[in-house]
Amino acid sequence: MARYLIRRLGQALLVVAGVIVLTFVIMRLVPGDPAVAYAGPKATPEQLAQARERFGLDEPVWVQLGAYVRDLVTGDWGTSLRTRQPVLDDLALAFPASLELVGAALLLAIAVGVPVGVLAARYKTKFPDLGVRVTSMLAVSVPVFWLALALQTVFASNLGWFPVAGEYDDSLNTTSPLTLWTNITIVDALITGNWPIFTSTLRHLVLPALVVAAYPAGVIAQMVRATLIEEASQDHARLERALGFRETSILTRFALRPALNPVLSLIALVFAYAIVNGFLVEAVFNWPGLGRYAVDSIFSGDTPAIAGVTLLVALVYVLANLVVDLLQGVVDPRARAR
Amino acid sequence: MTALVTRRALPGSVDRLALAGAALIVLVVLAALLAPWIAPYPADEVDPVNALLPPSGAHWFGTDQVGRDVLTRVLYGGRTSLSIAVAVLAVSAAVGVTLGVVAGYAGGWVRDVIMRVTDVFLAFPALLLSLTLAVVLQPSVTTVVVAIAVTWWPWYARLSAATAASIANRPYVDAARCLGVPAPLVVVRHVLPNSLTPVLVQLSLDAGGVILTAAALSYLGLGAQEPVAEWGLMVQQGQTLFTTNWWVVTFPGLAILVTAFAFNVLGEGLRGALDPRRIVK
Amino acid sequence: MIEVRDLQVAYGGRVVARVPELDLRAGECVAVVGESGSGKSTTLLSLLGLTEGADVSGHVRVCGVDVLTATPRELRAIRGARVALVMQSPQAALSPTTRLGVLMRRALRLHGLPSGERVLAEAAEAVMLDPGILRRYPHEISGGQAQRFAIALAIALGAEAILADEPTSALDVTVQAEVVGVLRRLREERGLALLLVSHDLALVSTIADRVLVMRDGTVVESGPAAEVLSRPAHPYTRELLEALP
Repeated sequence: MARYLIRRLGQALLVVAGVIVLTFVIMRLVPGDPAVAYAGPKATPEQLAQARERFGLDEPVWVQLGAYVRDLVTGDWGTSLRTRQPVLDDLALAFPASLELVGAALLLAIAVGVPVGVLAARYKTKFPDLGVRVTSMLAVSVPVFWLALALQTVFASNLGWFPVAGEYDDSLNTTSPLTLWTNITIVDALITGNWPIFTSTLRHLVLPALVVAAYPAGVIAQMVRATLIEEASQDHARLERALGFRETSILTRFALRPALNPVLSLIALVFAYAIVNGFLVEAVFNWPGLGRYAVDSIFSGDTPAIAGVTLLVALVYVLANLVVDLLQGVVDPRARAR
Repeated sequence: MTALVTRRALPGSVDRLALAGAALIVLVVLAALLAPWIAPYPADEVDPVNALLPPSGAHWFGTDQVGRDVLTRVLYGGRTSLSIAVAVLAVSAAVGVTLGVVAGYAGGWVRDVIMRVTDVFLAFPALLLSLTLAVVLQPSVTTVVVAIAVTWWPWYARLSAATAASIANRPYVDAARCLGVPAPLVVVRHVLPNSLTPVLVQLSLDAGGVILTAAALSYLGLGAQEPVAEWGLMVQQGQTLFTTNWWVVTFPGLAILVTAFAFNVLGEGLRGALDPRRIVK
Repeated sequence: MIEVRDLQVAYGGRVVARVPELDLRAGECVAVVGESGSGKSTTLLSLLGLTEGADVSGHVRVCGVDVLTATPRELRAIRGARVALVMQSPQAALSPTTRLGVLMRRALRLHGLPSGERVLAEAAEAVMLDPGILRRYPHEISGGQAQRFAIALAIALGAEAILADEPTSALDVTVQAEVVGVLRRLREERGLALLLVSHDLALVSTIADRVLVMRDGTVVESGPAAEVLSRPAHPYTRELLEALP
């Protein structure tokens, strides 16, 4: 186990190094002069030279890469050209909001996807199974931005059941200001007992979380279905049948746990995907997360900010994969023995 | 003896659903190919007098904010989406399979280097890297193709490396090598053809994902630009009108949904069991 | 206890097993012999209604229940509690993520039986297993232990008959003897009936009262073990016997 851990960590570090280099390369390809973008179009040649020196643009490429890596490691992710704030500070505010949205969506997706997958496996090839398969495929195939717009129009604009956009009612900032601990609004509201903001955030979460949940719920349902059907055809399922267990309890009590193993790796993969998919949803619902930050940065040509978002999400992705690989041993005793 | 009891033919609904997907794909492809002949109006005919008409006998899907027929635009949009999908998949498969087969056949440090590079690209969710690249390049359909292809090839590299490695060790390949057949020839004659089957299944599975990603990029304004008819772009242009003129947004969105659904259903039918690492893009 | 008349099992129109007559009385041991693919296992599974997707016809009465017309509920009541199954592949027959003790306890609760530590330990000891093994996962025990655990499940649930499908063929010779020893002892001490499917005539000759010889899905010969094995009437039985070392 220890050797596996070290090898797996080394692999992850190598990928992280590659991710940094790739991000650096892409950012070097950006057309236009970042010094001009920073100093403004009316800058004097002296100001331009100053900006150039500040960003180290007069150095050879490999020196710049070295400086880039050094800065990243020491926590200097550059300064946003748009907000004029350190990128890392901006991300520290935006990332928790995205986590909140994706976290809620994944909980929803698991809560719906797992039972629905079990249902389909229980009645495989019968009507409930066909229904689940078609619905989950639709959920996987729907363009999120379109679903977001549709739900927003119907349930927020027309019916008025839910708020149209935002994370919570802004007026609450004056009536019951929120104390920040984790920067995740719903968690902070909960631990500080700020009920007005808590309920407002919950109401604002429903629609965007539903949209982000569609894809993972569909994938999880398909995965649970496929693995359960596979498990239920194994020898041990026959013994359980011969012991008198019902089909449903064979699925939920014996087959589900080994089947959850692939589902677990899936959830980590879906997690990173959901963050990026969430970008589009955040844009529609004006959710103050990474997605909105990324889109705003893209349209203002804010290179350091875009690089920051790209790096952060890639790091989260690598980390999620790592965690899953290590967690597998906990869920599956066979993997532990290896 | 026991195998008799457990191994059974595929459940009927699987095949029926996959067939339905295939039929839908044929329909979508035909509609896109024949767009110039079956579309009720010329492609970009602007008619401000008839702007934002609801669906009717004359305009089945209504008209948009400058009076263009939405059905016509949806049909032409299919051409854009399908061409993007074909281009992306052709480029990714060509690059990915080449690298993968080389890695799988050569093994050793060649394989290690190629696979580590692949890992790095796989660390970026496709839409994220495409988004970043789309910023660097000028927004256009070509940008979309390049941006998505850059994120998609590693999957093919990984897939074909695995199959190529298993094939490279088979006796007949060994035999060819011993007979002094040059390595590139062995690869082209024996390894490559045998690595293609899983790739073909994967292509049909991926088409849906590529179409969705392309539409998302265009929706964000980083892809196709006016006056190109593209489904994602149409949704973006009409989004403020959703409450008042639902048809402008609904039909292009449905077109994306139906096309992606058709490819996904067919792909899933072709691949029996699900492999978690390949579902998520 | 088990009464079979004119049983026929078919998959998609292809008949894989045809048994005109098969009886198993309390405390008796009947062996079904034949090569693999002769329909032995299918016959065994059909007795508990476990042949999924097969067309089964004829009369099968197990512990007073007509298996072919029984409701799922009636079937579940006899499965495990009255008639237990022991399968060929020892570890594969146990859910990999369930500890042995947990499986046994769940099965006991399922049939409304007491499931305290003592019950579990006694069942394990009856098959000469260390009760500590109940805390382990299937991959942590040997094939012989897994097979004895499967028998322990039958004991714990109070089954009157065990249907054993090639219970020893996946085991080493010494371990085989162990498992057979346990089965024989339980027969003598508890009057357990045993329906044994095997291709191992040496084993069959030491334990079976009566024998059915199957080939290509049909019964070619049947009768008291001593008679069939010493004076085989059918050429196929002779062939099988000659193959013995």
